[in-house]
Amino acid sequence: MKKLNRRNFIKGSLAGGIATVAASGKAKKASAAGGDFGGYPESMGVLVDMTKCIGCRTCEAACNKEQGLPEPDKPFDDYSVFDEHRHGGLPRRTTEKAYTVVNRYNVEGRDHPLFRKFQCNHCNEPACLTSCFVNAYTKTPEGAVIYNPKVCVGCRTCMVACPFYVPAYSFTSAINPVVKKCIMCYDTRLKFGRPPACVESCPQGVMTFGKRKDLIALAHQKIEGNPGKYVDHLYGEHEVGGTSWMYLSDVPFDKIGFDMHLGKEPIISYVKDFLAMVPMVLCIWPALFTGFHLLSTRKQANKEESPKA
Amino acid sequence: MKKLIAEGYQPIDTLIKPNTNNPWSWKDKLFLGLTPKDYMKQLFRNPFNWILAIIYAVGIPILVGRFIFGLGWATHGSYDYPWGLFLGWGLFVMVPLSASGFMMGTTVELFGRKDFKPIERLGLLNGLLGYFFAVVFLQVDLGQPWRLVYPMFVSLGPAAVLFLVAWHVATYLSVQIAELVPATSELMGWVKPKKFIKSIVLGLTIAGIILSTLHQGALGALFTYAPGKVHPLWYSAAFQWFHFFCSSIFGGLSMLIVVSTLSKWFLQWRCDANFSKNLDKITLGIAKGCSMALITYLVIKLVALAHDNEWGYLLTSWGQLYIFEIIAGSIVPLVLFTMAIRTGRAGLARFAAFIAVFGIALNRLNTALIAFNWHLYQEIPHWREFVIAITVYATYIVVYRAVLYRLPILYTWQGDSK
Repeated sequence: MKKLNRRNFIKGSLAGGIATVAASGKAKKASAAGGDFGGYPESMGVLVDMTKCIGCRTCEAACNKEQGLPEPDKPFDDYSVFDEHRHGGLPRRTTEKAYTVVNRYNVEGRDHPLFRKFQCNHCNEPACLTSCFVNAYTKTPEGAVIYNPKVCVGCRTCMVACPFYVPAYSFTSAINPVVKKCIMCYDTRLKFGRPPACVESCPQGVMTFGKRKDLIALAHQKIEGNPGKYVDHLYGEHEVGGTSWMYLSDVPFDKIGFDMHLGKEPIISYVKDFLAMVPMVLCIWPALFTGFHLLSTRKQANKEESPKA
Repeated sequence: MKKLIAEGYQPIDTLIKPNTNNPWSWKDKLFLGLTPKDYMKQLFRNPFNWILAIIYAVGIPILVGRFIFGLGWATHGSYDYPWGLFLGWGLFVMVPLSASGFMMGTTVELFGRKDFKPIERLGLLNGLLGYFFAVVFLQVDLGQPWRLVYPMFVSLGPAAVLFLVAWHVATYLSVQIAELVPATSELMGWVKPKKFIKSIVLGLTIAGIILSTLHQGALGALFTYAPGKVHPLWYSAAFQWFHFFCSSIFGGLSMLIVVSTLSKWFLQWRCDANFSKNLDKITLGIAKGCSMALITYLVIKLVALAHDNEWGYLLTSWGQLYIFEIIAGSIVPLVLFTMAIRTGRAGLARFAAFIAVFGIALNRLNTALIAFNWHLYQEIPHWREFVIAITVYATYIVVYRAVLYRLPILYTWQGDSK
């Protein structure tokens, strides 16, 4: 047994002390930065392995049925939709009638096309939620980003804010236009611990439902366990503060329509510069401008004073 | 009106009818002291009213249609471009052009520059009406306009920038209404309200500065939610709010010069000597304010470029649009304002003000529509959007003119009201 002499004692307590200071310093820094939220720890998520997807559109059909959406213009077994392009030559996107779409990408050097499923990514710190001035959005502890149409005013800032262009809006309705987007089947499934309809319907097992932190570990295992198969990037692990839906691909993400310039910061951190300024203006301006007033009217005040003196 | 003046018509500027002891009735005040028949006659004589009639004939059915058939019918609003001309023009351009209210309040009441008194009320009115019609534009654009009060009372999202805009615009509208109570009091012959407002005018003015700083800035901060969507040259997380706030200063002042110029040209009969005689001097004074705000704006725009290291973008075609905006919208008016001040030419300052207003409009439309989604595709607003925007703007002009005809804005009230 090592003898606890004076020198060792001091050394040990010093190290311990430094560690405590460092730890508390870290904690303080985190809270000083506005409390980085980072997502609910028990949040669920979905890992999408795009290498497995064959583009059968079963998930689209399942979503349509689960969410009670109107019948599509073309049936779900019509694959000519993959050749459709909307404005600007862009592939299909989610609409008020479809909360998820699968798109085909012909990537050079890949012997068959890659299919990408697109829906709300359910961010840890959603831009839609933080930009909404009536608090219509909620990030549930289960991980879903849900929306309350009863309070929505229809300003559509959430659509401007969403970095993934997810929320759709029923522009055709004059009486009750609302935002339409994937809610991860929160009401009917997620709340009860069941996976979303699209995940369950997939015949290829493209999507894995589970705790987000487990999925991250699983994804990295997959990347490391199959050298050369996947691109070494888990899309959604860090993008805009992390998302509940994450993707694995065998081709670079920017070739299949993923935005690689979103950065790791949640969208709200770009707005904080302004938000931090608000209380300062509210507190400082009254005194400052009253001061200006006193200063600019001082001659008049002096005039009124001087005869008495 | 020119014909009436030639016939010896004198506009109302007192409580009591001249040469009698009878007060003007509210009907007289409404019809500008004319008989209803004469009033209608001068309405029909004015060619501008015929233009308005055409605008309304086309515009009102389409405006009604927007509320029957929805936004999808009236606009090119899409999932990628949720905002169009109603907000791009009606909110983002109209609000900075209405900053004159708090600027003139500050100059006259706070800094005690009584030499700007003749134009103070015009500045306040320009502010009030600009904000009011920005809200009208918003109501046309909102999906469910009847829920406008939801962010105030039903479901609050206080962390959102738009929450701040909503509250501040609402409070500031009340402040501006209060600031214009004295003018209304004079016309109506009330004494107490005017006295009361006079007693709290400093508080109102400072409230106006706070609210204006924050919501003018907040309109810019709204775009910080879209870092990837607005072109980097028009985007700056750190300075966006200051760009919008600073440019609203010369925007509002330039708009005030423009409106006072239009009043001088078309409403000469309603301007009194106090206004007309001092206008050139005042215009040059405002031009000084404009040039200071412009140089500050230019410097901070430059700082933003350097801060985010965006020099490379200047060589792209987006860079050309940006450089055009900076030169035509800021540098040219700055040079013209400076020349006008140096040589004392109010006409030149007026010309510069027209260009500065154009520059503000270009900047806001660039940020909200043109450079928005720069990596996707360009969206051209639906023709119905243009028609509705013109109709609402025409209503703004009609209301503006109607108020200038009646309230003591361009003239000083000769009554007993203290």
